[in-house]
Amino acid sequence: MIHVHNLVKSFGSFTAVNDVSFEVAEGEIFAFLGPNGAGKTTTIKMLTTLLKPTSGSIRLDGLDPQTRQNEARRRFGIVFQDPSLDGDSSAWENMEIHGVLYHVPHKIRRQRTEELLKLFELWERRNEPVKKFSGGMKRRLEIARGFLHTPRILFLDEPTLGLDPQSRNQLWSHVKEVNEREKVTVFLTTHYMDEADRVAHRIGVIDHGKLVAQGTPREIKEQTGTESLEDAFLALTGATIRDESADAADKVRQFAKMWSGGKR
Amino acid sequence: MSVIYILWLRELKRYLRSRVQIVVSLGQPMLYLLVLGFGMAPIFKRAGYGNYLQFIAPGVIGMTVLFSSIFSGLGLLWDRQFGFLKETLVAPVPRLQIMIGRTLGGATVAVIQGLLVAVICVIAGFRPGSLATAPFALGFMVLIAIVFAALGVAIGSSLQDMQGFQLIMNFLVMPIYFLSGALFPLTGLSMPLSWITAADPLAYGIDGMRSMFLVGITRFGAPTDLAVLVIVGAIFLIVGAYRFSKIEI
Repeated sequence: MIHVHNLVKSFGSFTAVNDVSFEVAEGEIFAFLGPNGAGKTTTIKMLTTLLKPTSGSIRLDGLDPQTRQNEARRRFGIVFQDPSLDGDSSAWENMEIHGVLYHVPHKIRRQRTEELLKLFELWERRNEPVKKFSGGMKRRLEIARGFLHTPRILFLDEPTLGLDPQSRNQLWSHVKEVNEREKVTVFLTTHYMDEADRVAHRIGVIDHGKLVAQGTPREIKEQTGTESLEDAFLALTGATIRDESADAADKVRQFAKMWSGGKR
Repeated sequence: MSVIYILWLRELKRYLRSRVQIVVSLGQPMLYLLVLGFGMAPIFKRAGYGNYLQFIAPGVIGMTVLFSSIFSGLGLLWDRQFGFLKETLVAPVPRLQIMIGRTLGGATVAVIQGLLVAVICVIAGFRPGSLATAPFALGFMVLIAIVFAALGVAIGSSLQDMQGFQLIMNFLVMPIYFLSGALFPLTGLSMPLSWITAADPLAYGIDGMRSMFLVGITRFGAPTDLAVLVIVGAIFLIVGAYRFSKIEI
């Protein structure tokens, strides 16, 4: 479903993604792990048509996301690291707008919206503005929205960041359910190793832009001779802390936090 | 088409839902209308220009439309990292449609705000000279709204974060307003000021409204006003669409 071959992305002299190759099969849940600044988000951005690779090739369901952008976009759903809901609109309206943007016919749109909102336990509150939702509810809504246009692939970029264990558990069980029911391929990144261990069929570990390990959680643990995925991860990527310098996005993030009182 | 419609509808719904915001945003125009309008009236009259409230009302309406439309475009800045903009930008639709939907939505909201202020002006004592030509003033309102909503999108697409906001406010929006002839007549100004005001698109919008509301009072003439606004509007729309298409998330 996803083929990545010798993918490279450099920004000036800095190489964020360096010769990465991997494949994700149809219906598989693939976890992409790595410390901060390892190149996870850059890779997701290239997979989802938002960034142009410096070199290498990508195929999503057989399509090159650069040359056939709109066709590729119709085939995947994406949940970003930062929320991308419209806080002033209701859950229903957010789904409605998404459906129109992805050309889902009216009747199917309503039917699927109802189905998904019920599955993600948001149906009762479909008419409330999203800004009144808790962090977990917003995340669930974003994921439900990502499934609305029946994508073949769903990208989840740190979807559980900042959620309590209950919400995280619930969220993953929903994702697994749709994955099994609709055979959607799921590509996710997370910093919670226990999640990756439980949810993912296969895992890729990236560090300094290079893919340092890939395989099932068990294979990765065996490779490194460790008990838990967390230990395996530390063995692969070292224990030094990666401090990124704040970029424009971080500044706006802080600004938004300051002004919204954590509501957005 | 449905994409443009749903994004337009979203802007409109957002506006109608924020009742407090609607009332608050009427505060500034009312301050200009009531305080300046009545405060300057005696001097204006003594200078032989007639009724100041009649003169300033189209200016205050123009100001409302300017602020409202340019801020709707700059709202992009906020949406850009955190909101909903990203959701629209990865959708399988041309960016041009998204830009048009947003711009028309912002312009519609600005026109509604302008109409509200027009009602307040009438309550305060403003009387259009001719009811036959007054509806054409609405046409100028729409043009002002489109020109500046497009400018707002062009600027909002080019800025990285909110820090540029104050800069835009002080060095672009306020000068556009003060140099537009909203508050004082543009006739008989000294050379540099008269040139600068002639380069201000809002000057033509307000002049157009004034010529429709108060028949015969005009600096440039209504046909010139119309032509300038249409041309500048087209240029800003093209620049806005281009800048919007270059946004990287």
